[in-house]
Amino acid sequence: MLGNEAAARGLYEAGCAVASSYPGTPSTEITESLAEYGEIYTEWAPNEKVALETAFGASFAGRRAFCGMKHVGLNVAADPLFTISYTGVNAGLVIAVADDPGMHSSQNEQDSRHYAIAAKLPMLEPADSAECLEFAKYAFELSERFDTPVLLRVCTRIAHSQSVVETSARAEPPAAEYVKRAEKYVMMPGNARRRHPVVERRTEELRLLAEDTFLNRAEPGDRHLGVIASGTAYQYAREALGDGASILKLGLVNPLPEKLILDFAASVDRLVVIEELDPVIEDHCKRLGLRVEGKNIFPAIDEFSQNLVASALGLPAPSGRTLGEDVPARPPVMCAGCPHRGLFYALSNNKVTVIGDIGCYTLGASPPLQAMDSTICMGASVSGLHGWSRALGRAGSGRAVAVIGDSTFIHSGVTGLINIAYNGSDSTVIILDNSITGMTGHQQNPTTGYNIKGEPAGKIDLEALCRSVGITRVRVVDPYDLAQCEQALREELDAAGPSVIISRRPCALLKYVAPKPPLAVAPGKCKKCKACMKIGCPAISMRDAGASVDPTLCVGCGVCAQLCKFDSFDTALPQH
Amino acid sequence: MIVGVGGQGTLLASRVLGRLLLAEGFDVKVSEVHGMSQRGGSVVTYVRYGRSVASPVIDAGQADYIVSFELLEAARWLGHLAPDGHIITNTRQIDPMPVITGAAEYPSDLAAKLAAAGARVDAFDALAPAERAGSSKSVNIVLMGRLSRYFEFAETAWERALSECVPTRFIDMNKEAFRLGRDGSPV
Repeated sequence: MLGNEAAARGLYEAGCAVASSYPGTPSTEITESLAEYGEIYTEWAPNEKVALETAFGASFAGRRAFCGMKHVGLNVAADPLFTISYTGVNAGLVIAVADDPGMHSSQNEQDSRHYAIAAKLPMLEPADSAECLEFAKYAFELSERFDTPVLLRVCTRIAHSQSVVETSARAEPPAAEYVKRAEKYVMMPGNARRRHPVVERRTEELRLLAEDTFLNRAEPGDRHLGVIASGTAYQYAREALGDGASILKLGLVNPLPEKLILDFAASVDRLVVIEELDPVIEDHCKRLGLRVEGKNIFPAIDEFSQNLVASALGLPAPSGRTLGEDVPARPPVMCAGCPHRGLFYALSNNKVTVIGDIGCYTLGASPPLQAMDSTICMGASVSGLHGWSRALGRAGSGRAVAVIGDSTFIHSGVTGLINIAYNGSDSTVIILDNSITGMTGHQQNPTTGYNIKGEPAGKIDLEALCRSVGITRVRVVDPYDLAQCEQALREELDAAGPSVIISRRPCALLKYVAPKPPLAVAPGKCKKCKACMKIGCPAISMRDAGASVDPTLCVGCGVCAQLCKFDSFDTALPQH
Repeated sequence: MIVGVGGQGTLLASRVLGRLLLAEGFDVKVSEVHGMSQRGGSVVTYVRYGRSVASPVIDAGQADYIVSFELLEAARWLGHLAPDGHIITNTRQIDPMPVITGAAEYPSDLAAKLAAAGARVDAFDALAPAERAGSSKSVNIVLMGRLSRYFEFAETAWERALSECVPTRFIDMNKEAFRLGRDGSPV
């Protein structure tokens, strides 16, 4: 099983009853897998804050509950996180957070362990799929025993690696009884002041647990080198060092043990902490007064590997052959037929400043379109544009737009739009409605009309939503129609007052979107003006004889044909 | 290592291989990449097996086999090949965006250059047999068929793994793609 599937299996076996999450690579498959178990109510929430509050509500009501997200999602959910640490839980509450060292699919490389420390919550970190299952299951037990939400941290290489697991049957723990306890759950200052000492005592109790839990284990080997590691770093250390080192493997990464580490340190000649991202364990060791190596020989950026571990410790690491010439990069691109392409061409062609957001459409920043000026976090396009417009007035708002996808708009763009409407800037927001959450692999959202199981569900009317918050200029365009996109863009940029353009066409990868016949270039017609190359379609390349369309990639969207002054593109030609 | 271009079906190939190795009694780890890099970018899946596997990734100089769905991707990962490693690659070329925009050129004669660099190269057109089997999308299974020649596992074991990984209605087509990859012209 994938680590994520295994974590879901563990949650299932523990009797999890309610799961609410927002998708985010590399966390998404945990919740997708949960949805396949009929016994668990599973949903996609509009954002991580809503998801965590929902999961807390279920725990509060007495049923075991789960919420999953990627590392940056925890920023959004941090508000409830810090306070449910004070209230504790009724039935168990497990929160999975997936970090992305190396930023395979993320905008930053933050280390979620800092949240566990700051919110004073226990955090478990599995190192393979079997542990994902075991730890997820045990997390519920820990949650109920210590009256605390429990964080489960996975990294990309654990979440998206398959390894062997053993499954067992689901337990059905009885629902916890709901008893009104305002002093525990109503966090007004008087009550919260009495809960804070409870949290501090709990941390001390968890620290005692950390000294002798099965989650932490010393694996004796050569005593000349002692390594402390968790998660992925543990596996790289095992691979690189074999039994050439003693390893203290930590599965409970907050709170960290003291005596266990001191004893381990005393048993080895040289102590090294191997951890990806920040020196959390290393700093803990230093506070214990230990002489320890860590970030002096290991980087605080990117993911590790067995060769990196070997090299940092001065051991030989294999090196590979070289080709002796540069291999061109292959960055990710918008797919052939992507509905975002036409809209981004219009933005690029009009040299508009584009305040961007998080999703597939962030690829609009890449050459040749290069139609994006900033990307920060979910929703930041809409609120950022308002700031831009207020700073520069009409001169600025007339040449800038925000672009945001349908799911991201619901996640946290709508609050920015309310600010635009309320505080009345001349901003033009473009919602790229491709009728799905695309980048994370096609999850349903409140605008699609379907729930996580594909069943009909509530469907938000984006036009009505925008109008209801006070935007009077709302229009819909088809991004496959370049002239329509350009006209809408020019008119809305020129218009006074806020406006919304909804660029609407379903993702070309959706199963129900039937591709049209591929286009072909009529022999001899192409004059090699390269106008069609400006849209960066992976199906089009320029050969000696002129533009050429790859019929296995082309879905017949026709955007290229609208750019050709020589009518070179045709669907009427016989196909290969 | 299974390498290619996002959307070519590298994940399915790695799952078939993982399933086979598990059934053959090995400890197996398969490391995949999801998310942004899948969108037409360079993708890589690591498959490691043995008595006990720790790291889920393959590092420089460690891959016994690199199965590449596209020629340039075989070249990109050459550095990961072990000293006696094999590269099994589709000869089909897909231009990456820097080539499409004219910022870079697609290197010529890559299969020969890989061999000159010391790799044991098995380069062939995997698209034609895939189309003959019924779908250009079955390139991944044609390549698994080709890879199977290098292992002593029974053909039935491969077919069982394949059947467990693809939807029922595509099993026959994929079995044919596998057979064409395995039995095609000799290395």
